[in-house]
Amino acid sequence: MGRRWNRFQQSVVESQFWKSIFRVGVPNTNRKRVLAMLGNVVLHLHPVKTRKSGVKMRYTWCAGGVTFFLFLVLTFTGLLLMFYYRPTVEYAFVDILDLREQVPFGIMREVHRWGAHAMVITVWIHMFRVFMTGSYKPPREFNWVIGVILLVLTLLLSFTGYLLPWDQLAIWAITVGSNMAAATPFIGIEGPAAGLLKIGDIQLVTSSSDARFALLGGRFVGAGALLRFYVLHCVGIPLVAAFLMAVHFWRVRKDGGISGPV
Amino acid sequence: MSTPQKSSGDRPHGPAPASLTRAVSPPPPPSSEVLQDGVTRRSTLKWMTIAWVGFAAATGAGLTATMRFLFPNVLFEPPTRFKGGDPGTYAFGVDERWKAKYRVWIVRNTESIYALVALCTHLGCTPNWLQAQNKFKCPCHGSGYYMSGVNFEGPTPRPLERAEIGLSPDDGQLVVDTAVRYLYERDQWTDPKAFVKMT
Repeated sequence: MGRRWNRFQQSVVESQFWKSIFRVGVPNTNRKRVLAMLGNVVLHLHPVKTRKSGVKMRYTWCAGGVTFFLFLVLTFTGLLLMFYYRPTVEYAFVDILDLREQVPFGIMREVHRWGAHAMVITVWIHMFRVFMTGSYKPPREFNWVIGVILLVLTLLLSFTGYLLPWDQLAIWAITVGSNMAAATPFIGIEGPAAGLLKIGDIQLVTSSSDARFALLGGRFVGAGALLRFYVLHCVGIPLVAAFLMAVHFWRVRKDGGISGPV
Repeated sequence: MSTPQKSSGDRPHGPAPASLTRAVSPPPPPSSEVLQDGVTRRSTLKWMTIAWVGFAAATGAGLTATMRFLFPNVLFEPPTRFKGGDPGTYAFGVDERWKAKYRVWIVRNTESIYALVALCTHLGCTPNWLQAQNKFKCPCHGSGYYMSGVNFEGPTPRPLERAEIGLSPDDGQLVVDTAVRYLYERDQWTDPKAFVKMT
């Protein structure tokens, strides 16, 4: 019985089908280990070797890794939520209720929300850890800047996602937040130096062409704002964040790997 | 990655041939020399400049078009102009009958009737009229306004705005347009379209 199984195994791993997918054999030599990592699009995102201090919780707290993991969880749960949520004034609120009442595993919306809270917390912890270990010092200053931009994007994701349930909390929070946009210098109609940007007599910045309007797609928080925030939350900001994360991880690798000497 | 080191296996064995002993590469041909098909250094730079300038212009145009795309030309908003009924139906004080639908209070005193827009000038919440305390009070951050609309407490920087108000020439009803605003700090409350005189 055992010999039959061995022969079957051998015929499988020597088949063209198998070898077309797994080009390197079992990674039992260092050369094969390197080739297996570098030849795989998912595995090559990780370094082939890592320092011992890189896997120690005491050094890194794994805060960056946890943040990235939460980002993936949020992407996946967010995708699932998108099957039931419609970003219109008529349906948004009831769809969120339905996600709890009518859909199996009715805590998907809660998991997404808890994950969002957790990601904001862990991204601050990661920033704190990087600061305390001096991992922002040269040659890593640029990566720190990328990290701060990622922090702002995380907070913007929270801001745009907050509107989507379209409840009282959402509408008024975004009203307040977007009215702060109206106070931006030059490009906000209620900010300092408002009304200075003009061509002759024609105002360039009006209530229907200032920063607040661009954010809301309207003059108050309505259907335009809901749709705009939905697109920003699900596609726009995640794409930018994914790109910057790629830069962020790349820079860590190129500067000698995680938890390297300062 | 560290700079690549020459390993001993790469270097050929034996004395190097004469052609490889020079340390510098041969000098480039003079710029006036035409190489092939009339291609010179100058013509190459000319075309590359044209290409890159064209690319930059196209990219700039694309980005401008994208930004313009984000500002819709048509907004679907409810009408802001409405008829408020006979002015005699308004008692002295603050009337809240249009607050839910049009977001405006109709206020009457001994001299005039005016319309206050129910939009807190701090960050945009809807204030409440507290009859007992004779003031407007915003629930968000505590901004307070007198019955005239002037701010006196809280974080709000300026008074409530007044809406255009007048009498319809057809039937004498109040006509209010909340899209037209009159601001106290710009001395616009004295504008005749900001109040209806009641003698």
